[in-house]
Amino acid sequence: MSRYIPDTEEDRARMLDAIGLSSTEELFSDIPEELRFKGSLELPESMAELELASHMKTLAGRNANAEAYPCFLGAGAYDHFIPSIVGHIISKPEFYTAYTPYQPEISQGMLQAIFEYQTMICRLTGMDVSNASMYDGATALVEAALMAVRSTGRSRVLAATGIHPEYRDTLRSYSRFNGIKITEVEAVSETVDKGRLESILSESPDDIAAIIIQSPNFYGYIEDMKSVAELAAKYGALSIACVDPISLALLKPPGECGVDIVTGEGQSLGNPLSFGGPYLGFLAAKKELVRKMPGRIVGQTTDHEGRRGFTLTLQAREQHIRREKAVSNICSNEALNALAAAAYLSVMGKEGLKEAANLCLQKSHYACDRLLETGKFVKISDAPFFKEFTVKSLNEPVSAINERLLKHGIIGGLELGRFDAGRFDAGSLDSGRSDHGRFDLGGADLGGSDPRRFDTGRFDAGKLNPGGRDPGKKDCWLVAVTEKRTKQEIDRFVAIAAGGDR
Amino acid sequence: MKTYQGTRFTKEHEWARLEGGEVYIGISDYAQHAMGDIVFVELPKAGKKIKAGEQVSVVESVKTASDVYSPVSGTVVRINDVLNDSPELLNAEPYENWIAVIAADDPAETDKLMNDQQYADFCAKEG
Repeated sequence: MSRYIPDTEEDRARMLDAIGLSSTEELFSDIPEELRFKGSLELPESMAELELASHMKTLAGRNANAEAYPCFLGAGAYDHFIPSIVGHIISKPEFYTAYTPYQPEISQGMLQAIFEYQTMICRLTGMDVSNASMYDGATALVEAALMAVRSTGRSRVLAATGIHPEYRDTLRSYSRFNGIKITEVEAVSETVDKGRLESILSESPDDIAAIIIQSPNFYGYIEDMKSVAELAAKYGALSIACVDPISLALLKPPGECGVDIVTGEGQSLGNPLSFGGPYLGFLAAKKELVRKMPGRIVGQTTDHEGRRGFTLTLQAREQHIRREKAVSNICSNEALNALAAAAYLSVMGKEGLKEAANLCLQKSHYACDRLLETGKFVKISDAPFFKEFTVKSLNEPVSAINERLLKHGIIGGLELGRFDAGRFDAGSLDSGRSDHGRFDLGGADLGGSDPRRFDTGRFDAGKLNPGGRDPGKKDCWLVAVTEKRTKQEIDRFVAIAAGGDR
Repeated sequence: MKTYQGTRFTKEHEWARLEGGEVYIGISDYAQHAMGDIVFVELPKAGKKIKAGEQVSVVESVKTASDVYSPVSGTVVRINDVLNDSPELLNAEPYENWIAVIAADDPAETDKLMNDQQYADFCAKEG
């Protein structure tokens, strides 16, 4: 097929002629005359290609991007190095342009690539089975929760407040109409309160389907996965851990800690930041849960001549067969992103990934120590961290620090105070607040609507979690330091953050 | 098509057999034939309370997964663990291999189900 299909005036005239119309305008005759836009849009004259390319480059140049700016922003999406071979592999047209390439007769390449991806995810997480990927970290986490509910026949999940606030939002969205109850469990010194977990579990031992934690958690701190897994097992619940795949090169695999389901955001594995997507979520589990697992799974088999081959498997779980009883209504995966992850992992290798992880660990600790030395920041927890950490600014609002950094060509960390405004965390707002305050979406304009109309319980997940809001994060700053950051960049970042002007 | 003397049947192609006050349940020969090679049986937990017509198990074949509904109300007292490793037994001997045993609230409930002759007629109509 031609890569370029022209559309000339003559072509258009012939097409109109074929359908018996005299103008393109007639195609819209179903839209009432008075609703149709008349005249011409207020747009500048068209440009020549050369002019246009230069104009677009100028516009794009106004973006602050991680290519040109050292980036200390993480919070779920990270600026890791991507070896150039990853781009070359995923750009092969056999991979890049194929639509639903899952017929074993013609798609052995992609099926094998996904099988390899699944194998690598299993090795990293210490799990037995992985699916072919999910939309992103948030959906993978929610699907794991649904899996636990299906497997245990119980309906309540305990979610640590250390889980990414947007992931918790996604969990609430999914749970709103399917009878799943969420109880958020507070942190002590920024890691989940195990005493609180145990007391909830012992109060209702037959009720809890799963405990969900993120590690390293949203604030950067590493959770005690083993204790949480043991606690869950003691009460017949499943343990779900949402993890950073790069951290697993250094940390004990969740499988060895006794975790039942492991999920996470796979962007760090060879996928660019790219304005927030497309990314991939990974989901892996113990073998006995495989039939409760959502999404596509590629299996290895032999063809009728005995040769090794690959095919989608266990499809009876999926919605094209099980309809409304399917284990999930996600019937897609992020094949190209999963391929990038597989290419990344294979080119990095075991040692390369360890090296990248170790650099993240060393550089983030260096950055943290330097920030603390300035006397302008303090730690909020002594819990161990991997590549991201939280500090509290003593003298200056975090927004002012970030603005100054940006002026100097550096992308700063995440201002955690913005999550306190309720914009991303409406559900965990303190029910002790006034009703008006509960739905004050950080000053956002609700389009003139009466805020009381939200008082009907529609947004009232907050009731599930009285006191769930964490007011202590007001001047807190979440800083990510990947292997890409140089000592010079970190030193300059620290100097400017502390008020210097280098 | 094989049926089994003294066995009762539902319209959803489950069978039920009353023995010593307990009801053995399984899927019929018609059901196993329609499903094809059975690869997995999701068994209920012993102790589960169940009402007639409620889902008690899921039987998965290479081409589909079907719910198995309980023919009677009661409590699951035993499950056939052998099916965990050998689900294909449901294809080979559907009337010898039960899925679960239910302590029926009212054992006479099985009388309301189709007998083997009625079931054979029912299946003939299903085609």
